[in-house]
Amino acid sequence: MREIYLDNAATTRTDPEVAAFIERLSTEEYGNTSSLHLKGVEAEKRVREASRILADILKCSPQEILYTSGGTESDNLAIIGTALAKRRTGNRIIISAVEHAAVARTADFLTEFGFDVVRLPVGPDGIVRPESLQEVLTPDVILVSCMYVNSETGAVQPVAELAKLTHEMAPQASFHVDAVQAFGKYRIAPGRLGIDLMSVSSHKFHGPKGVGFLYIKKGTKIRPVIYGGGHQSGMRSGTENVPGAAGMAMAAKIAYDGLEEKMAKITALRERLREGLLELPDVTVNTPEGEFAAPHVLSATFAGVRAEVLLHALEADGICISAGSACSSNKPSPSATLIAMGVPEEALSSTVRFSFCKENTEEDVDETLASLKRQLPMLRRFVRK
Amino acid sequence: MVYEEFLIKYAEIGIKGKNRYVFEDALVRQIRQAVKPLPGEFTVFKTNGRIYLKASGYDYEDLIEALQRVFGIAYICPMVRVDDPAFENIADAASAYLKEVVPEGCTFKVEARRSVKSYPMHSMELAAALGEVILQRVPGMRVDVHHPVVTLHVEVREGGVSLYAKEIPGPGGMPVGSNGKSMLLLSGGIDSPVAGYMIAKRGVKIDAVYFHAPPYTSERAKQKVVDLACQVARYAGPIPLSVVNFTDIQLAIYEKCPHDQLTIIMRRMMMRIAERIAENSGCLGLITGESIGQVASQTIPSLTATNEVCAMPVFRPLIGFDKNEIIDVAQKIGTFETSIQPYEDCCTIFVAKHPVTKPNLKSIRKSETHLDDVIEEMLDKAVETAEVIWCEPAP
Repeated sequence: MREIYLDNAATTRTDPEVAAFIERLSTEEYGNTSSLHLKGVEAEKRVREASRILADILKCSPQEILYTSGGTESDNLAIIGTALAKRRTGNRIIISAVEHAAVARTADFLTEFGFDVVRLPVGPDGIVRPESLQEVLTPDVILVSCMYVNSETGAVQPVAELAKLTHEMAPQASFHVDAVQAFGKYRIAPGRLGIDLMSVSSHKFHGPKGVGFLYIKKGTKIRPVIYGGGHQSGMRSGTENVPGAAGMAMAAKIAYDGLEEKMAKITALRERLREGLLELPDVTVNTPEGEFAAPHVLSATFAGVRAEVLLHALEADGICISAGSACSSNKPSPSATLIAMGVPEEALSSTVRFSFCKENTEEDVDETLASLKRQLPMLRRFVRK
Repeated sequence: MVYEEFLIKYAEIGIKGKNRYVFEDALVRQIRQAVKPLPGEFTVFKTNGRIYLKASGYDYEDLIEALQRVFGIAYICPMVRVDDPAFENIADAASAYLKEVVPEGCTFKVEARRSVKSYPMHSMELAAALGEVILQRVPGMRVDVHHPVVTLHVEVREGGVSLYAKEIPGPGGMPVGSNGKSMLLLSGGIDSPVAGYMIAKRGVKIDAVYFHAPPYTSERAKQKVVDLACQVARYAGPIPLSVVNFTDIQLAIYEKCPHDQLTIIMRRMMMRIAERIAENSGCLGLITGESIGQVASQTIPSLTATNEVCAMPVFRPLIGFDKNEIIDVAQKIGTFETSIQPYEDCCTIFVAKHPVTKPNLKSIRKSETHLDDVIEEMLDKAVETAEVIWCEPAP
């Protein structure tokens, strides 16, 4: 059976060229960047190269790239590190109501230490309205965090506008963006957008798992959360993941090579699926239209069918998708994003996510639609009574 | 101290009369199975109505842990060996051993046995003489022949003398395989693995059956059941798990029978299938994790309704257990953490909002007639297409 992988927002296939490069760095150029000998120098050079590549993409300085273990660590560092550094300036943190758990749970954690966390509501389209930020931006705000692209619906947030407002009304505050679903899909120059901190994860754009980075604008006040041998200028101790960093940079380079054509292709696939789904009975699409949606994500609700059952039915045809917010763990819990959007309760457990990458084809979409068309009537006959 | 020999004491086997050797042989086999995956050299042998384990190059904690999962073992006694049976040698070894393993100043007695009747001292003489030596050499020890804290056992056998004072409790029960084989209906829940464990403890070998309903139940739910079977196999030995595809039958019941009877009819179908697979594989009974009144399908009328469809005896070892008592055992045998993983099984997917709690047998039988034209074929197919997964003991 042919595998149709439509869960690229959960993770992507590591590019074979990247995997080969990582293998070489792991078995041949295996040095520790801290070693004084030749092997160490060689490894350090690889990391410097990687930073150069990433900095070119972000139009920033290589010193502004901090390697981490991935999106979750980057978000944790951005939020906890900012709170630690600015705790004497203020205690208010603003996040959107649709953040990934890596942001939302970290902010919750800080409430235990006296920080006040404010959640920005979203419209029915899942998008934050800048006016609502304006209402809560007081001078004691130390951090505003808003994702670039929502992982569940693909909704694109007005981060530039929110960043501008933040810097105008709360000059002490840092502006953080979780760009895990956006990097590799959009050309992002954080410096020009007013972004101080930005989280990126490698495995979302065909890079290896277990590595990511946090963009930290020069001069941003932030404290480390991991201490030890003082690696990466003391911001994140721990032997540097040389193959990971280099592999991620190579994957980024490949992603940004001809980005516009690739995204146009993916957008066309998503639209093909959207149109096909809307022809099926009782299907609603939760992903916004046009420029408000990221190219690769489509969220849809199948009334009367449990998401998990639909997922396994498609799985039987070799099609991999995601049920609701299942990308964070395998625990079925109602999606905070959909709740914040005001999606009715019965629809929460009937919502699935399709997500694309450059490797998907029109046949993938057509076969998925055919499988749905064939299986939906059967699945709808048997619902809990 | 490195022990080279262990005396394995068993409890109930001792009263089995002429069949005793059957149980002893089963126990020897189970002990061999249990030590097989461990690094080291092991020999298990039976002599003079006792079972011994010789061991070298092994890890003590790992060995004891493995033996504590072998049903039929009452006590595990690590022994010290003295090759030359001269009294002075025994006396030296006994005092050195007690100094190491016994708290200072406790009461003791010595019990001696000799299977070598040519030994120059009688058992009583030997015990008394050793007692005296110990009183002299081990500081603070006092004799108490009625309620001693420690009993030093001395066994004079062909080729040497063995000493032991420590008795590490085993799991009790009877060796698996000494009481035939039964089929466990294994779901992903907390109860059924415990039921399997308890019946295995009575010496019954376990086969298992799981009802899978794709796409309503996931691959992960199936993997969870395999994991549970492997956990139970740590006690019961390798378990062949039959995975029955139950979707068609479940959908047929759903379409054609009243919804408040869904669960009962589904369970009756499960029992029918389980019994057929059990017959095919030489099982003598079925095992379920039911407990009176726990859920609607486990009231006495419901149990009567599910019981009706099979001729084989159905063992329900948890029948009088409270949920908390079941959880205690599940935690002890290490199945609890796996059982509470949140994957739906086919019992939870199709459950009615208000299932019957007092099913009427006539009414259930009548509802089942709606399936008459298809059900035989479906049951046959379910039995024939069952996938057997061999579940080896989890490490």
